[in-house]
Amino acid sequence: MREDLSFLARDNFPTLLTTLQEAGYHTVGPQLRDGAIVFDTLNSVDQLPKGIHDQQAPGSYRLEKSDSPRLFAWANGPQAIKPYLFTPREVLWRSQRSKTGELNFSTVEPEVKPTAIIGVRPCDIAALYLQDKHFLQQEKVDPYYKKRREQLLLIAVNCTHPTNTCFCASTGDGPQAHYGFDIVLTELDDGFLLEAHNQRGGALLEKLPVQPATEAQQQHAEHALTHAAEQQTRQLPGQNLNDALFKNLQHPQWQKIADRCLGCGNCTAVCPTCFCHSEGELAALDGQSSEHHREWDSCFSPGHSYIHGITIRPDTRTKYRQWMTHKLGGWHAQYGRSGCVGCGRCISWCPVGIDLTAEAAIICGEGDKDE
Amino acid sequence: MIKPKIAVHKFSSCDGCQLAFLNMGESLLALADRVEIMHFAEAGPVDENASVDIAFVEGSIATQHDLERIQKIRANSAYLISMGACATAGGIQALRNMADTQQWIAGVYAQPEYIDTLDNSEPISDHVKVDLALWGCPINSQQIITTVRDLLFRVTPKPERDKLCLECKRQQQVCVMVSRGESCMGAVTQNGCGALCPSVGRGCYACFGPAEDANCPALANRLEGLGLVDREIAQKFLFINSAAEPFQSTGNKRKQS
Ligand code: SF4
Ligand code: SF4
Ligand code: SF4
Ligand code: SF4
Repeated sequence: MREDLSFLARDNFPTLLTTLQEAGYHTVGPQLRDGAIVFDTLNSVDQLPKGIHDQQAPGSYRLEKSDSPRLFAWANGPQAIKPYLFTPREVLWRSQRSKTGELNFSTVEPEVKPTAIIGVRPCDIAALYLQDKHFLQQEKVDPYYKKRREQLLLIAVNCTHPTNTCFCASTGDGPQAHYGFDIVLTELDDGFLLEAHNQRGGALLEKLPVQPATEAQQQHAEHALTHAAEQQTRQLPGQNLNDALFKNLQHPQWQKIADRCLGCGNCTAVCPTCFCHSEGELAALDGQSSEHHREWDSCFSPGHSYIHGITIRPDTRTKYRQWMTHKLGGWHAQYGRSGCVGCGRCISWCPVGIDLTAEAAIICGEGDKDE
Repeated sequence: MIKPKIAVHKFSSCDGCQLAFLNMGESLLALADRVEIMHFAEAGPVDENASVDIAFVEGSIATQHDLERIQKIRANSAYLISMGACATAGGIQALRNMADTQQWIAGVYAQPEYIDTLDNSEPISDHVKVDLALWGCPINSQQIITTVRDLLFRVTPKPERDKLCLECKRQQQVCVMVSRGESCMGAVTQNGCGALCPSVGRGCYACFGPAEDANCPALANRLEGLGLVDREIAQKFLFINSAAEPFQSTGNKRKQS
């Protein structure tokens, strides 16, 4: 039995939110909007999706309601916490023409408040660490991402209710969080098991009306998480698919996918690790000022592989191939692991239900089709 | 500084795209400061035959008179922009291209001899060279501002290349197709509206025309999977931009089957 686990009774759960609010955090949490569970400002625990369950399948996401008092009996929604760090659209700098005609440039600093996000899933954390590698652990650090990242406090929630599209157990990123959070919760019938991961989390725990977790409570939590892993039916054909994918660049399956794929880029937009963006300029009509912005882009966009008169990937076959070979192959060399954390979002939120795991199995499973 | 001259011409259309000028608010003053508006009947100035640097053309070619006017306008304009679905793709009125126009006229009007119409409603680009196409039903003010600003800077305006889905996700809308089974045309449609319809919970009608590499047959299959019959699928593609490819061929295929 572990000594470092605490129990917070369900009735006392609101104290977690109020403690964070009193400490000056802008609090964010999952809630219902337009038939999905999305992250937004959380003013009260009443906004949390009590008794809500998700049914996900390729190309489909539906919610159901039950009498359960549980707040986290669902897997995930259309977005992880990516938009809170890598924002869909932001102005990076402005230029202004002075009266004498010179151009003056100024950085647009993002305004960031200390933000506590409640309900972050283990796969979301794994994805966050991958985005950290991309935006922070490089020669050039992204100052916009960094500023927001530094202000983040994370209350993770282990997954007891994975959905049909989840496969984090096979990528090793869930259903239990092992790193990256301040506090992690596991929800039980009558309350929550809490574990602090760092000093900040520990200090927060001390302010909550918790008791040491009993052996029975710990066993319940353990069973729930083992069961959650066992429930998952999908998996990728291996953890490092780099060689298998790049050996099969001419596999006929790429074209079969392209016949179904809309090239809409929804998979890349919902993927918590995708980081592609494009930059643009929006000049005022009077020609005296201009804003330079960046916005989410996708390897499915026609302009993504355009360089000086050539489009390297002109069709959906090569675009989808780029998405999968980069995500499941190229990331190993680039960031030391696969770019997939098994959240299943690209499967559920693909309007035509293309299943990454099934397609990868077909492409990697058949022998050497290289030219 | 010599101000560039512009004209706004109207052909067969509803006038909605011209409102993108009038709805500009303060920017309209900035525009009037920088260009000389020679012809814009809906706003005041009338000089249809003026020579201009930029001509904005709203509406499709649908009458004998339209045919003659567009040639003159092209001859008088250095840079010609088709503005909106009608001018760019024939518009909603191009639905009649699929019917027997004379029979309809006879059926609808008490005195058909007063009706001057061609059998088809056609985009401006079928008749004269179009330098830039602005899609949309209607277009919005930002499209005009960006275009005029680019031309004043002497840079070639960039066509919109994103699909609506990408903007829908940037706006963090919940996909209506995945979450509710609504039929949505966003995956084959150019961005332009900022995902207006998904933001109010309904599927896109494809106002901004086909996206660059739209996979219409795949979307048609998906719509079938959502329970739409061929006739309904055809209506999705043969609507505001019915004469634009690849909407037309996918729509026709479903219509005939
Ligand atoms: S590739 Fe798909 S399953 Fe993997 S992390 Fe991205 S969205 Fe999730
Ligand atoms: S795989 Fe699905 S979500 Fe991704 S681009 Fe193709 S149709 Fe869109
Ligand atoms: S609602 Fe429509 S536009 Fe938005 S992502 Fe879904 S299919 Fe695309
Ligand atoms: S979402 Fe589609 S139908 Fe709605 S305004 Fe935009 S382009 Fe038109």
